[in-house]
Amino acid sequence: MGGLQVPMEHVQVLAALLFSCGLLGLMLRRNIIFMLMSLEVMLNSAALAFVAAGAKWGQADGQIIFLLILAVAAAEISVGLGLVLQIQRRFKTLDMDAANRLRG
Amino acid sequence: MMESLFYIAAAVALSATVLALTRANAAHALIYLIVSLLAVAVLFFLMGAPFAAALEILIYAGAIMVLFVFVIMMLNLGEAGDAQERSGLRPRNWVIPGGMAALLFVELLFALQQEPALTSGVAVSPKEVGLALYGPYVLAVELASMLLMAGLVGAYHLGRRFIVRSGSDD
Repeated sequence: MGGLQVPMEHVQVLAALLFSCGLLGLMLRRNIIFMLMSLEVMLNSAALAFVAAGAKWGQADGQIIFLLILAVAAAEISVGLGLVLQIQRRFKTLDMDAANRLRG
Repeated sequence: MMESLFYIAAAVALSATVLALTRANAAHALIYLIVSLLAVAVLFFLMGAPFAAALEILIYAGAIMVLFVFVIMMLNLGEAGDAQERSGLRPRNWVIPGGMAALLFVELLFALQQEPALTSGVAVSPKEVGLALYGPYVLAVELASMLLMAGLVGAYHLGRRFIVRSGSDD
């Protein structure tokens, strides 16, 4: 049967805690670099939940979803960091509250 | 035994994440974030997903974190950056993440030393993942390639304007 030797609930609780850390960071921090890091943490915790579920039933599907999450994270972070460069150039700050109008 | 390894790595992942998101300095936060990703990679390894663990280190802790480092360098913090650089050499700033990473390394060595080399019962091998990926999930691979293409074009567009204008105007 499955390869997971700790209770499934513990892994899911860990993933939920990591996700809440990322969500809190996203809501509380205003520096755009830290907001992107929080997004990475949230994506990573979702991937952890998927891999744990795949390990529990010994199926490869969890790792495939992990690969797709990896592709999403890579695409998101490359565009996000391009936006960081643009915001720094235009507003001379990394504070997201400076960029709260659609027409900068 | 495997349970205690799992809970140690889980504690490292959680504390490193909390420390990363509460730092004031982006470079220090990156170090903690890398430790957190390494801890999650150890968790994957212990859960019998060695392929996911390798990719977590290669792509998350490698490629994506290098992108962060490049951007923090390109933002060019100047004089304040120099002062931060000097303070970064003090042991206070790297002893804790270094200790966490060393703990994970010891765990990994311990797990590899065991006779089946994998502390989880059944491992999902890279072969199974590859077979499923290019069998029933081939459409998802195409979608991921389109997404990466869009990300590439978007990042090139945003980054190119930054480089050209900062060279000509400023």
